[in-house]
Amino acid sequence: MRVALFIPCYVNQLYPSAAIATLELLQKLAVDVSYPAKQTCCGQPMANSGFEHMAQSCNDLFIENFSGYDYIVAPSASCVLHIKDHLHSHADEDAATEIRGRIYELVEFLTDVLKIEKLDARFPHKVGMHQSCHGLRGLHLAQMSELVAADFSKPQHLLNMVEGIEMVTLDRKDECCGFGGLFCIAEEAVSVKMGKDRITDHTKNGAEYITSPDLSCLMHMEGILQRNKSNVKIIHIAEILNSSVTQI
Amino acid sequence: MSSREKILAAVKQNQPPLSPLPDISMFNVVEVDIASKYTDTFTGIGGQVFAVTQLDTIKEIVPEHFDTSKRIVTTIAELNDIAELISANVDPHGFEDVELAIIEARLGVAENGAVWLTESVMGQRIIPYICQHLAVVVYEDSLVSTMHDAYAKIATEDYGFGGFIGGPSKTADIEQALVLGAHGPLSMTIFLVK
Amino acid sequence: MKSTADHATLAEKFNRDEERVDWHDGALWWIRQKRDRSANLTPQWEELREAASAIKSNVISNLHDYLVQFEENLTKNGVKVYWASDAEEHNQIVYSILKAKEITQMVKSKSMLTEECGLNEYLHERGIDVINSDLGEYIQQIDNEPPSHIVLPCIHKKKEEIGELFHEHLGTEKGLSDPTLLTRVARKHLRNVFLTRRAALTGVNFAVAETGEYVVCTNEGNADMGAHLSEVQIASMGLEKLIPERKHLGVFLRLLARSAIGQPITIYSSHFKKPRPGQEMHLILVDKGRSTLLARPDFRDSLKCIKCGGCMNTCPVYRKSGGLSYHNTISGPIGAILAPNLDMQQHADLPFASTLCGSCSNVCPVKIPIHDQLYKWRQVIVKEGYVANRKTFSMKAMSLTFASPDIYRTAGLTGRWILNYAPFAVNNKFNPWYKQRDMPESPKQSFGEWYKKNVKENNKDA
Repeated sequence: MRVALFIPCYVNQLYPSAAIATLELLQKLAVDVSYPAKQTCCGQPMANSGFEHMAQSCNDLFIENFSGYDYIVAPSASCVLHIKDHLHSHADEDAATEIRGRIYELVEFLTDVLKIEKLDARFPHKVGMHQSCHGLRGLHLAQMSELVAADFSKPQHLLNMVEGIEMVTLDRKDECCGFGGLFCIAEEAVSVKMGKDRITDHTKNGAEYITSPDLSCLMHMEGILQRNKSNVKIIHIAEILNSSVTQI
Repeated sequence: MSSREKILAAVKQNQPPLSPLPDISMFNVVEVDIASKYTDTFTGIGGQVFAVTQLDTIKEIVPEHFDTSKRIVTTIAELNDIAELISANVDPHGFEDVELAIIEARLGVAENGAVWLTESVMGQRIIPYICQHLAVVVYEDSLVSTMHDAYAKIATEDYGFGGFIGGPSKTADIEQALVLGAHGPLSMTIFLVK
Repeated sequence: MKSTADHATLAEKFNRDEERVDWHDGALWWIRQKRDRSANLTPQWEELREAASAIKSNVISNLHDYLVQFEENLTKNGVKVYWASDAEEHNQIVYSILKAKEITQMVKSKSMLTEECGLNEYLHERGIDVINSDLGEYIQQIDNEPPSHIVLPCIHKKKEEIGELFHEHLGTEKGLSDPTLLTRVARKHLRNVFLTRRAALTGVNFAVAETGEYVVCTNEGNADMGAHLSEVQIASMGLEKLIPERKHLGVFLRLLARSAIGQPITIYSSHFKKPRPGQEMHLILVDKGRSTLLARPDFRDSLKCIKCGGCMNTCPVYRKSGGLSYHNTISGPIGAILAPNLDMQQHADLPFASTLCGSCSNVCPVKIPIHDQLYKWRQVIVKEGYVANRKTFSMKAMSLTFASPDIYRTAGLTGRWILNYAPFAVNNKFNPWYKQRDMPESPKQSFGEWYKKNVKENNKDA
């Protein structure tokens, strides 16, 4: 099994530790993983702003970088969803289709492809789970609170394998944090208010860490936490799952 | 071209290829004890239910719960000694002072507590809306489980006006505070007849 | 009613009073929770949504024939039918009906369509006085403000503010703010309105092609009080309100109130079919952009909407920005996908007033993919040139960077370029990210750089 690691642009530049944790975790699970060096971005920042038509060369580059692998894995639900829903190519639509079917977010890769049932990880902290909307409602990483359907949670399934972790129960288990890409700038007031309210839900229920399969949500909440000098930290789920290897 | 022709032509041109109607026969709920399900539902939405075995019992309950010094109207002939029979041919505005109206439902729906009334059982269309308090006689054997069953029973019946009524008139427009008696009845009572 | 400020500006204003935002958010979240409980108590809920969506797909695909069939049945039932292409024509028709009977006062139950048409203002200019009888709409009317929510028109108002309005307009005691007492005052006042109006106008929730009847749903009973006491009854409906057969009402009436407010059915679901003796019934079929929307494959499913307001209650942006910030009669997610069809320039901001979280699509009883449509409207609005040039320029720069690994790497080396011009971190003194959020710390090296140093031996592409 050959796996390509896709590290989205902002993770690459701002959160390399989450990317390293992802890589180490996959290697620990004996996955043959490599990192195509010429990768850039999934194209979502343009597309969500209404400029999908400008993302074509970005898409072509993505196809060039990631064709020929059995799987493509990324530690970002939002970017994976974008590729799954919107990667197309005028030049080679077959290759685009191939990639749309082979790309996985890290959590779903671990639960659905590797089907792991145990992990050698330890994280003795109180943790709040932030369900990223794109992971939840887009990739169905967990059951959505709006639907009348059986409950499940892939991230929780993995976190249950982590020794010492204590999950906090939130009042609103899958409310949006208000990041929303360009939204966080264009609608600054509402975006920040949504982020503040999400954070309050975690802190009042005792979380020391807020985790998520999406760093974009976490980056937004981290900005608010730090501005307010909070002791609560954000952490990507890969770093918790890899916590016995990498010291945090 | 008239607006009618213009609109119909545009619709015809722009509508997508025919998409078939779904089968809705699978919505089937069988209630074991439909009378208690109905009673629970209706009580839950702020109404009251009296189980009675005969219409005469209603004559005893009414004075205990309603102001009988005020105007009481009905379409049920058996109750004509406690209430005035509604005339279909008078000005509806004249019912403005009705305190209590007692009418008979065509059927009751267990899933939501609503009763189905057509103008033939209302006496006049305005009756169940203008009265201060509404009481409806529902026969147990007319109860159905869901709205699907209700429409199966109503089938192709012809009426000028019909309505489901599922409790006392209500509003929550002011700060989501529930207030019974918005424009219609302040209370709704069901006489559930075995 | 028209506003020049966009959603973000109006939402920022709304957010200056954080306590009010919390209160507004809490009230609507409470309704969302009631909706969840109600849905969970309904067997086959998801199948019901699926069926409702499929019925509406059929309606959209066969609308022409259903309209003709409905008109035929209305006529048979003794109802007079009119067709209006736009707001102006609709308003003219209402006016001509009233004028023929020399009626100068009308009572109206909730109708978003007539709000959109500006009917009240139109008639007022011609000497006809209209009173909205839904309590929330009445409150909004006396405050000279449009509804902020299609089901809960004054959900943004506090009871003290409503008390103040009642004091001013209905002469209640100053400081009276108890919801029950205020409702009693309105009941008395509006009862007199119902009893003295010769004409009543209602909206339409569902119109049955098979029988020619139409159904109006209220909790207050105001539509019935108006209609059954009037000598002229008028109904205004958008073309999309049709359903094929009476039995389909079973599906929609089970979904509507549960999705709207978590109630098993609206208190009143009134089926109007024929005028009562001595009464006239008129029905106006209004296009107002519906047939154009039908021609947009990506967006025509929005015609399925049954106006339950569920998407507003669940939308975190709506809850935290208030309905009036959408500057459109229909606010929230559904308003944001309906409005651009009518006036793309005026409503260009609305599809961007969303995080695309997708909760709206999940609560929608007719399964409109609302958040997908928001995404697609963004593409259309940009292509048709309704965004600022400045944004287009930065998008071009970004797309250039992402298209070239070399520029991307160099940009990264020269100090985490992403902090300089990614959309979430525009680095200038007006940086909206930095206003209430710290910038992410810039690590010493990117993952790419780390990988090159540490895992080079495994990297065949390097």
